[in-house]
Amino acid sequence: MSNQQVEAAPTQPKVENPRVKAAKDFYRRLKKNVPALIGFYTILILVIFSIIGPWMLSTDPSDTDVINKFAGPSAEHWFGTDHLGRDIFTRIIHGMKLTLGIGFASVFMGAAMGIPIGIIAGYYGGKIDAVIMRFIDILLAFPGILLALAIVSILGGSLVNVTIAVAIYAIPGFARIIRGSTLAAKNLEYVDAIKALGAGDGRIIFKHILPNVLSPVIVNATLYIATAILTAAGLSFLGMGAQPPQPEWGAMLNDGRSYMRDAGHIAFFPGMAIVIVVLAFNIFGDGLRDALDPKMKK
Amino acid sequence: MSQKQELLKINNLKQYFPIKGGILGRTVNHVKAVDDISFNIYEGETVSLVGESGCGKSTTGRAILRLDDPTDGTVEFDGQDLLSMSKKEMRDMRKDLQIIFQDPYASLNPRMTVRQTLNEAMEIQKVIPQDERNEKIAELMETVGLQPHQVDRFPHEFSGGQRQRIGIARALSVNPKLIVCDEAVSALDVSIQAQVLNLLKKFQNEMNLTYLFIAHDLGVVRHISDRIIVMYLGKIVEMGDTKSIFENPQHPYTKALLSAIPVPDPEKKTDRIFLQGDVPSPMDPPKGCRFHTRCPFATEKCAEETPELRNEDYMQDGHVAACHYMKDIEAGVHQPTKDTSAVRG
Repeated sequence: MSNQQVEAAPTQPKVENPRVKAAKDFYRRLKKNVPALIGFYTILILVIFSIIGPWMLSTDPSDTDVINKFAGPSAEHWFGTDHLGRDIFTRIIHGMKLTLGIGFASVFMGAAMGIPIGIIAGYYGGKIDAVIMRFIDILLAFPGILLALAIVSILGGSLVNVTIAVAIYAIPGFARIIRGSTLAAKNLEYVDAIKALGAGDGRIIFKHILPNVLSPVIVNATLYIATAILTAAGLSFLGMGAQPPQPEWGAMLNDGRSYMRDAGHIAFFPGMAIVIVVLAFNIFGDGLRDALDPKMKK
Repeated sequence: MSQKQELLKINNLKQYFPIKGGILGRTVNHVKAVDDISFNIYEGETVSLVGESGCGKSTTGRAILRLDDPTDGTVEFDGQDLLSMSKKEMRDMRKDLQIIFQDPYASLNPRMTVRQTLNEAMEIQKVIPQDERNEKIAELMETVGLQPHQVDRFPHEFSGGQRQRIGIARALSVNPKLIVCDEAVSALDVSIQAQVLNLLKKFQNEMNLTYLFIAHDLGVVRHISDRIIVMYLGKIVEMGDTKSIFENPQHPYTKALLSAIPVPDPEKKTDRIFLQGDVPSPMDPPKGCRFHTRCPFATEKCAEETPELRNEDYMQDGHVAACHYMKDIEAGVHQPTKDTSAVRG
């Protein structure tokens, strides 16, 4: 580094792209938060496992081993078998992509709906804002799982419908956060400057407001993935989501419920899996919030 | 002056901001930020708008550019009424009217390089074909005194003065006729202020620019402006040639403002006029002359009748002020009714 600084002035000095710089900066700050880093790597490992895991296992999640029903953990069946003799470890690995899939898909859908709604409300203000935000308030008035239950009972029980239900519940959170940031961002002088140059609303929103209001959304999205996974598991537990024999963790928990006293491992392992995933997303989300907060710099 | 062409003509401009209240969000009151002002700007001149914070100077600038739509009045630019234009017509018009902002830190998008910022300005107004833009950008960088190799840097890599130059380059990139400088130098160090002001002056000569310079620092204003407009609480109280205003101020408020300019000579005694109290709320401005609550010369008449801007025969042509007693004060007939020199600091 030091010998490069003696370069003659007119040559182009190396300028770091602020996105690269921001990413490096962000990782540097995240590193200081050990739990968040653990959460981050847990998520990374889980995602990798959910993709390559099913290929690494020779067992099928629906194969039954009738002789070994209710078997406890052993070398052959790491997490034991359930009431039909299916290998729980295999089912958890296969269920991981369902769980993570629901989490990511519902948050993505929720953000895809919530962000435009929030930006429109915040940017245009006035009556449009009032109408949109009252509608959002109505959505917020329902407890999450109740709203999801109502939506699933209208649409019918399936994993896709659970994802949609959870996504709808995610909309208000995104819309509110984006609206708030947009209200602040649209009064910045550089927005006025670009307006004075004659830019249209589309250009102002997409090029000047959206990139500058996204960081709280990323935090919210991470934290909401945990909620989404939990809600989806809850709905499957109630029989509204995954249908047998899908190895969804919530449904597996429900399977084990009847045999809690005699074969606790059937419910224990899927339960632990849910706890680990949700915890990982939550602590990572919290760490992300701290790392992205410009006031916490240094 | 008479042969000069009018570039901007503002008539009875009003900007009221509604204050909503109650559960139904009804408008309960208005902030009368700008209340019925009229003035002209001639082509190629620099007009300064001065006054305390909150007197409506920036609001006037923003209203001219339609960054906020004014409540009432007309803004005529080059013979065209800006306020009756559609959004689209206005967008095309905007290349002739530009603005330089006060805060060089807030006025540039932190995520765009200088090249992107300047390129976008030209892209929006389509002033130059795409293949010639890089050349123009390099040229602009040079004219505002930045190195061409800095063009791919981001705003946070520049100092405040450099950023303000980028802001100026952006405003110049579309070849405007009028630039509103909204406190364009107040955030800068005095030495940098001088540089930027000289730069602005240079461009004025080269490109026949017209400036509306919004400022609260009369020292700066004196240096660059041809004419001065003094505002108080949303109204114009005095307007005239720079020389005439500085040498022969008529309105007591202008006199107080001028007496506040620091003199770089510690030995020299100044007759500083200290105004009492604060600027009244623009929600509920005083009746009559708006300055009467703080004016040392105020009488009952001032609280009742609103003075009009007028020219007295001893004043220079084009110099107008809005005070009932300016002639009497000038002649020494009307004496202060309040003491203004005693209380210091």
